[in-house]
Amino acid sequence: MKEMEKDDAWDIVIEPKSNLLTLNLKEVWRYRDLLLLFVRRDFVAEYKQTILGPIWYLIQPIFTAFTYFFILNKMGGIPTDGIPPMLFYMSGLTVWNYFSTSLTKTSDTFLANAPTFGKVYFSRLIVPLSVITSNLIKLALQFGLLIFFIAYFHFQNNNYSFNWHWQLIFLPIPIILMAGLSLGLGLIVTSLTTKYRDLKFALTFGVQLLMYGSAVIISLNNTPEKFKSILQWNPIANVVELFRAILLANHPIEWQGVIYSTVFLLVMLLIGIVIFNKTEKTFMDTV
Amino acid sequence: MDKKTVIKVDNLSKQYRLGNIGTGTISHDINRFFAKIRGKADPFLKIGETNDRTKKGNSDFVWALKDISFEIQEGEILGIIGKNGAGKSTLLKILSKVTGPTTGSIKAKGRIASLLEVGTGFHPELTGRENVFLNGAILGMTKFEIKSKLDEIVDFAGIERYLDTPVKRYSSGMMVRLGFAVAAHLEPEILVVDEVLAVGDADFQKKAIGKMQDVSKSGRTVLFVSHNMSSIKSLCNRGLVLNNGMVDFEGEINESIAHYLSFSKNTSTVEKIVANGIEIANLSVIAGKNNIISSGGDCTFHFELKNTTLLDYKNIRVVYDILNEKGIHLFRLINQNDTDVLSIQENGKIYVSCTIPHLPLNEGTYFLSLRVKHGNTFLVNKDNILSFSVNTADYFGIGKVDKHSGSVLIKSSWRYND
Repeated sequence: MKEMEKDDAWDIVIEPKSNLLTLNLKEVWRYRDLLLLFVRRDFVAEYKQTILGPIWYLIQPIFTAFTYFFILNKMGGIPTDGIPPMLFYMSGLTVWNYFSTSLTKTSDTFLANAPTFGKVYFSRLIVPLSVITSNLIKLALQFGLLIFFIAYFHFQNNNYSFNWHWQLIFLPIPIILMAGLSLGLGLIVTSLTTKYRDLKFALTFGVQLLMYGSAVIISLNNTPEKFKSILQWNPIANVVELFRAILLANHPIEWQGVIYSTVFLLVMLLIGIVIFNKTEKTFMDTV
Repeated sequence: MDKKTVIKVDNLSKQYRLGNIGTGTISHDINRFFAKIRGKADPFLKIGETNDRTKKGNSDFVWALKDISFEIQEGEILGIIGKNGAGKSTLLKILSKVTGPTTGSIKAKGRIASLLEVGTGFHPELTGRENVFLNGAILGMTKFEIKSKLDEIVDFAGIERYLDTPVKRYSSGMMVRLGFAVAAHLEPEILVVDEVLAVGDADFQKKAIGKMQDVSKSGRTVLFVSHNMSSIKSLCNRGLVLNNGMVDFEGEINESIAHYLSFSKNTSTVEKIVANGIEIANLSVIAGKNNIISSGGDCTFHFELKNTTLLDYKNIRVVYDILNEKGIHLFRLINQNDTDVLSIQENGKIYVSCTIPHLPLNEGTYFLSLRVKHGNTFLVNKDNILSFSVNTADYFGIGKVDKHSGSVLIKSSWRYND
């Protein structure tokens, strides 16, 4: 009897340890409907019972950009690479906001979803993936706003005109890089916060500070040489600069920085997946 | 017929850490890490004791489950029974992949869907319809599957009018019904259900149990945890009794329930209960002749009642409930049905005994629950406090009574008129 039983006939095997590198994309694909439903839930639920609704996505960057324009450019006299200051700040903020909101929300995956994760199993990766997807909707809205501002400056401002050039086809690259970076870092942070909540505080604080070193409000070219050599190692700064270079053509694309950011992304994503896989099995016991 | 094994649990164990996770955690993690690179076993896995809540242990680690092994055949409805803290929920959590085991493995054939809670992931701001899709997808259904079953789900839940209202406006009962309706329309090969039936009104509970029976009739396997012996009994065909994280008994459902009700109380004397200013000592069941409790013989329940307060208790009510081994309440004995009133003075002591003449119980094991009430407050309220066995005898005077004649024996007179 015993010999007749085939061991490979089991569909599910639950064991203490799993292969740390399996991404299990098949499982993610099986739950693709859930991903879309999560995206929809995030979008619909966030602005229920507000009057302005998604218009808040547009108000935020305009006011922030205006604040920087007034304080840094007008009062502080910091140059903006020959681009109209409002465009400079808004372009930076558009990609930066995508990164920072994606990162802070993916970092909260385990903690925020503990009640659900504690009751039912589904591919845990769906949650961070739904976060970076639903933030794409916000990004699209803010990008639309940016286009509107570019058009406005193109027609109204004599010092600036927008040029069509073939390198605009690279525009998805910085977006993909930001998605990957926030996912990779988010997976690492969320896995560690299940045990060590300290990281949660460090992250909110760290993200705020990181913005100043990410070429969002001061371009790398306007940074003193001493700091520039350090800031170049910040993968986020490279992506922000890439986004501006593609869209506004203020300087040529620096492919070296892009390659560096890509390598950084891949390493982070790899580490992220390993710890995420290690954590997802038992995080309910430590969260 | 040879049935297929669909779940095989092999030496499954789960260790939990007690107390707070805080400053000690980093040093433990570092210790573990060094043990690992030196190729040694995890230093914290060795220590650990059985999970007996009532005793204070020496280590920070306990085994919520220890070396559990069992198999489930296709189409079986397994009832998992045990006291609080016996490891039932931990076992279900591991089965539903919510948390991983510490050692051992589970192997299963087919999809496992778990229902540890109804309405998991419901978002209060979304409408009933939106939540059906969300909850269904969380449980593993595709959008297409949900769409094709939406009418059935809404019909089962009986909330059609509210379908497009945010669920935050629902009553809790409606929420539960909607949640269960979604889960009931899952079609996994294996369904894992925790005590979700405890909610909802009697009508809905009946509907839910009916639905689960349908599920197993279609050849699927159900694992069911409940404290409600009558729903376990009506639903399950096999039982697994857990105690302190270990398998105590496995077998046919009635035997399992009997085992669960009898373990830890297989003595016919309870030495002492101290509660609310009174003391009950030497609660026991005493047989009439030859010290054997048997059908038709006299049977006496006896205890000493002591009042340790400085108050006089007047008109104390003593209630015995008799249950059979399936947990079904057979009858109640109340001292107020008799004429005398039981009162006890400060620091007084009284022997209370209650005799059933010609005990009308059939052969078997029975359980006694004791309640002592003063006014509207329970001084003692203990379920299944002790068990006793009744031996077969010639109750009706026509030879020994058959074991299958029911728990209660009632004499009857018959007449045949032309």
